[in-house]
This record gives sequence, structure tokens and C-alpha cells, in this order.
Amino acid sequence: MTPISGIKMMKKMIKLTVGVLLLAGFSTSAVLAADGKSEAVKPAAEFGLDEIWSGYHFAKKETQALQDDDFDNPGNLWLEEGAALWSKVDGDAKKSCQSCHNDASKSMKGVATRYPVYYAPRKKLINIEQRINLCRTEQMKAKPWKWKSKQLLAMAVYVNNQSKGMPVNIRITAENKPFWEKGKAFYYKRRGQLDMSCAHCHEKYYGKHIRSNVLSQGHINGFPTYRLKWQKPGSVHRRFKGCNKQVRAKPYGLGSDEYNNLELYVKWRGNGLPVETPAVRN
Amino acid sequence: MYLRQTCQQGAGMFYAGTANPIRISRETEEQMTDKLHLKVVDRRSFVLGASAVAALGALAPLGSTPASAKAWQDFMKEAIGDAKPAEGKVKVDLPEIAENGNTVPYKIHVDSPMSESDYVKSVHVYATGNPGPQIIDAQFTPLSGKAYVKSRMRLAKTQDVVVVAQMSDGKAYMGKATVKVTIGGCGG
Amino acid sequence: MAKPRIKVPKMAKVGEIVEIKSMISHKMESGRRKDKKTGKVIPRKIINALKVTFNGKLVFSASLHPSVSANPYFAFDFKVPGSGDMVFEWTEDGGKVITAKKSLKAA
Repeated sequence: MTPISGIKMMKKMIKLTVGVLLLAGFSTSAVLAADGKSEAVKPAAEFGLDEIWSGYHFAKKETQALQDDDFDNPGNLWLEEGAALWSKVDGDAKKSCQSCHNDASKSMKGVATRYPVYYAPRKKLINIEQRINLCRTEQMKAKPWKWKSKQLLAMAVYVNNQSKGMPVNIRITAENKPFWEKGKAFYYKRRGQLDMSCAHCHEKYYGKHIRSNVLSQGHINGFPTYRLKWQKPGSVHRRFKGCNKQVRAKPYGLGSDEYNNLELYVKWRGNGLPVETPAVRN
Repeated sequence: MYLRQTCQQGAGMFYAGTANPIRISRETEEQMTDKLHLKVVDRRSFVLGASAVAALGALAPLGSTPASAKAWQDFMKEAIGDAKPAEGKVKVDLPEIAENGNTVPYKIHVDSPMSESDYVKSVHVYATGNPGPQIIDAQFTPLSGKAYVKSRMRLAKTQDVVVVAQMSDGKAYMGKATVKVTIGGCGG
Repeated sequence: MAKPRIKVPKMAKVGEIVEIKSMISHKMESGRRKDKKTGKVIPRKIINALKVTFNGKLVFSASLHPSVSANPYFAFDFKVPGSGDMVFEWTEDGGKVITAKKSLKAA
């Protein structure tokens, strides 16, 4: 059975189940919450996808099992590290994250559903990693963490994780619209020696094999994601770099404006998918 | 890293199952088919049992491992001495196709009462096609209750994984599983 | 660098077989990887052993080789003989030992 026919069959089965449940008079919303794992999320706006599936849906069952178990999920090593760093005092201001934000489970709840955001002092977007480092340099008077450092990854996992299960909800406003537009243009632009855009893989051909991997819709609701390939969690920007390299294009930098705009646009495409951080992917 | 090399062999890509497949680097694809074919022959010659183990030992220098590197059979001999492992009792649970060779989850169960007088003493796991075939050498005791271990291994390529268990009376048993390792991954 | 996580039930019945889980954050540098910039082999640095005891008696131990995945994870079974402390010891190349301990109360 090819994955495509598998997915189609699954969709049929879900439709059937929904039908049966409706007949039986159950409230379907209570039984089947669309989380993009076994049931597709319906897009709220019109764009290239009729239904939205989490990357989880396209992963092998062994990889899904790694994510599902709270102990087995290797990303939780970073989550615990992040929790420890939250209350750790650092920098000349002798502050920790907790000094300003208290209980992360309250103060950081929902943050991952709306980032990246427009940051007026710089007149551009910032993502969660940059927000963390801004707090460090401006509030804590501490050194910023490096992009691929264990600390920044751990803190980004921890902050994103506070919204686990909440649907991604990027709202387009007058302020972020120009950046969303730029992100969209980036998404559909062909690039690299292979002359491919993001849309070629993740909009037109998702669910199909590219060599031995099944293409996902490229949603980022599980980031920072523990990738089996990386053997550790990595940022959305690191993933974008990898994708750009795969089509043999010159990648942009970690933390670049280009990738922030793309992050906003791609995150918006996944509106409605629950935050899964730390997800586990191939 | 050797694992990375296998990953990067997959620079060429194609779409399967589309009306107009995009094909790049056909050679790579054909080379891969050749390799897979060779693997099939390898696997056929791979028969479990004491005599076959000895025969394979003699064949080892023909394989991809350099003459200086020790084969898994050498490590097994160091671990269990002259005991000749019989087939059975060892259940190896591995994915048929590993999504990524860096993290391949596995489970091993060995059938044993795990009593003071009759228990599994040790379990040895070998990736026959890795540059260093040893994965773990585990020890159990009656306190283990069951001879069971769950962990994750690195596999450099498609290959057989062999698990050898030695009982408290010195007898040895073995089981194996073949894992296809996905190469050429963009990660989807 | 290396930070362990362990899962041992707080309470169990005597004679009950329970699953124990452990994971430690570690790169498991295989010694076969080359530095992309310098081309030099990155020296091997792995967790080479895990030893688990209960009240000083061996429950499970393993020698780990470079083919163990990064962030080594081990789950195994344990037949509860009574109350006591379970001690985990991970040994890194070079001799550094990381330990973790959890108490189990038997009913």
C-alpha cells in the first residue's frame, strides 16, 4: 500500500467514522478533535492547501511513538534543561527569566501560537529565539546565546512547550502584513540549481515520496523539533537552511529577516494545528 | 561521520508516483539498485546457525570491512567464548524500514524464567554492516525479572542486526532482524 | 553536558515486574566523524557504560559502543524484591561518572 492510498483510505475511514458517530448522535467535536494527526484541520483562509496535516501525520509509526511518550521523547531532555534555565540568574542585572515573567506555564502560555511578531523598535519581525536573546541583552544585561547553543534551543523548546496543544493562530495585521507578503513571495519563488520553490514539495506533492522520504506539508507547529538526523532539537531557521540547501540554493542566515518573514508565512499556513513542541521528526 | 555520508549520497531526487516524475541523477538510482541487489545476495548467504557463523567468519575479509577491523563474529567469540549459539529464544523487534539510521529504536526479549538458577546472563547486539559492529553488551540478573531491553541504535546502511544471548548455564541463543535504512533523506 | 532522566515507580508490590527507563543527554561522538572545516577526525567521546543497582545489587548493566544513538536511552525490567534505592551510573570516556538515584517503596 502506498502512503498516498494509505492516507486516502484513512480519510475515507475518518469520514465513515464521523458519519457513524453523527448517526449515533454523538458530539463529534468531543470524540474527534482535528489535530492534523489523524484528522485534517480545515484551513480558515484560502491558499494552496485544502486540508492541513501536521508533519506527525507523515512520520513513520516508530518516530510518532518517540514523540508520543513523555519519557521516551528525547526532546524532553532540552525541555528539562530549559525549565532549569528559566530560574537561573544571569548577567549584570542579576535577573533570571522568572524575575520578570514568574510562572512560565502562565506567562508563556499561548506565546508560541502567535510568534513571530512585529517588533516596533526594529521595524521588523522577531521570532521566539530573538525575543529570548533580546530579554537577555536588554533586561538581564547578559550575553546573547548562540543560535545553535544548547541553552537557546533548550529555552526555545521550553517557551514553545508552554503552548503545547493550543492551536497556532497567526493573525495578519497592518503591521505584519508586509512581512507576511514577503514570506509568501519567498515561499513561491523558485530557487537553487533544482529550480524549486517551497510549494513544489510541500504544497503540490505532499504525501508523495521524494526518494525514500514522504514529503510533509512543511508546517512548523512542532519546532524546535528533535530531528533524528540532527540527533538533537533544531530551530525552524536551521530547517529552512537545510531545505534551501536540498534544492541547491544558497541558504540565508540563522536569524535572517528572510527566514523570519518565511517563518511567519509558514506558521500562518499551519493555523489551527496544535503546537507539538518538542516534536520528533526524521 | 559515516552516517552522514550515506545521507548525502541522496543528493539526486525524484518524485515517485506522479504523472510527470522529476528525475535527477539517474545514475545514483541505478547504483543504488545494484547495491541493493548485492545486499540480497549477501543476505541469502547469511544463514543462522553455528556452521554458517564459521563460514561467514571466513568470508568476512571479502566484505567491505577492512582486514584490520574485527568482524562481529570476532566480538561474539570474545563475549561468549566457544559457545555455539542456536537459533531461537531471542526476539528482536526492529523496524523493517528505519526512517533515519541515526536513531533506530529496538526492543529485545529473551525467553527465560529469570530465576536464581536459570537466567539470561548477557545479551550482545551487533550491527553486522556498521564499521564498528558492536552496539551493546548487556548483563542481566534474576533481579531483572525479564530479559528485556529497549534502546536506540545507529545503523550506517541496510543490514542485519544479530542479537546473541548467553544463559546462566553457558548455552547461547541468537536472533536477527534485517533493517532497511533510508538513505537520501531531505527529511520530508 | 550530560544530564540524566530516570523513571522508577515510587511504589510497587514485592515480586511485581516494573519497567525502568533512563535517558541521558550526550552526543555520543563516534570517533569516525570529521570536522567539516579542519578535516580532522573528531576524537571519540561516548558514554561507554551504564550500571544499575538496587540496594547495591546489580539489576542491569551494559557496555555501550559508538553505534548507540545520541542521548542514550535504555528501558529494562525490574522484579521488585522490597524497598530500596535504585542507583544509575553512566561512565563517559575519560572516566567521568554521572549518577542518579531514586527510591522505591515496596508494599
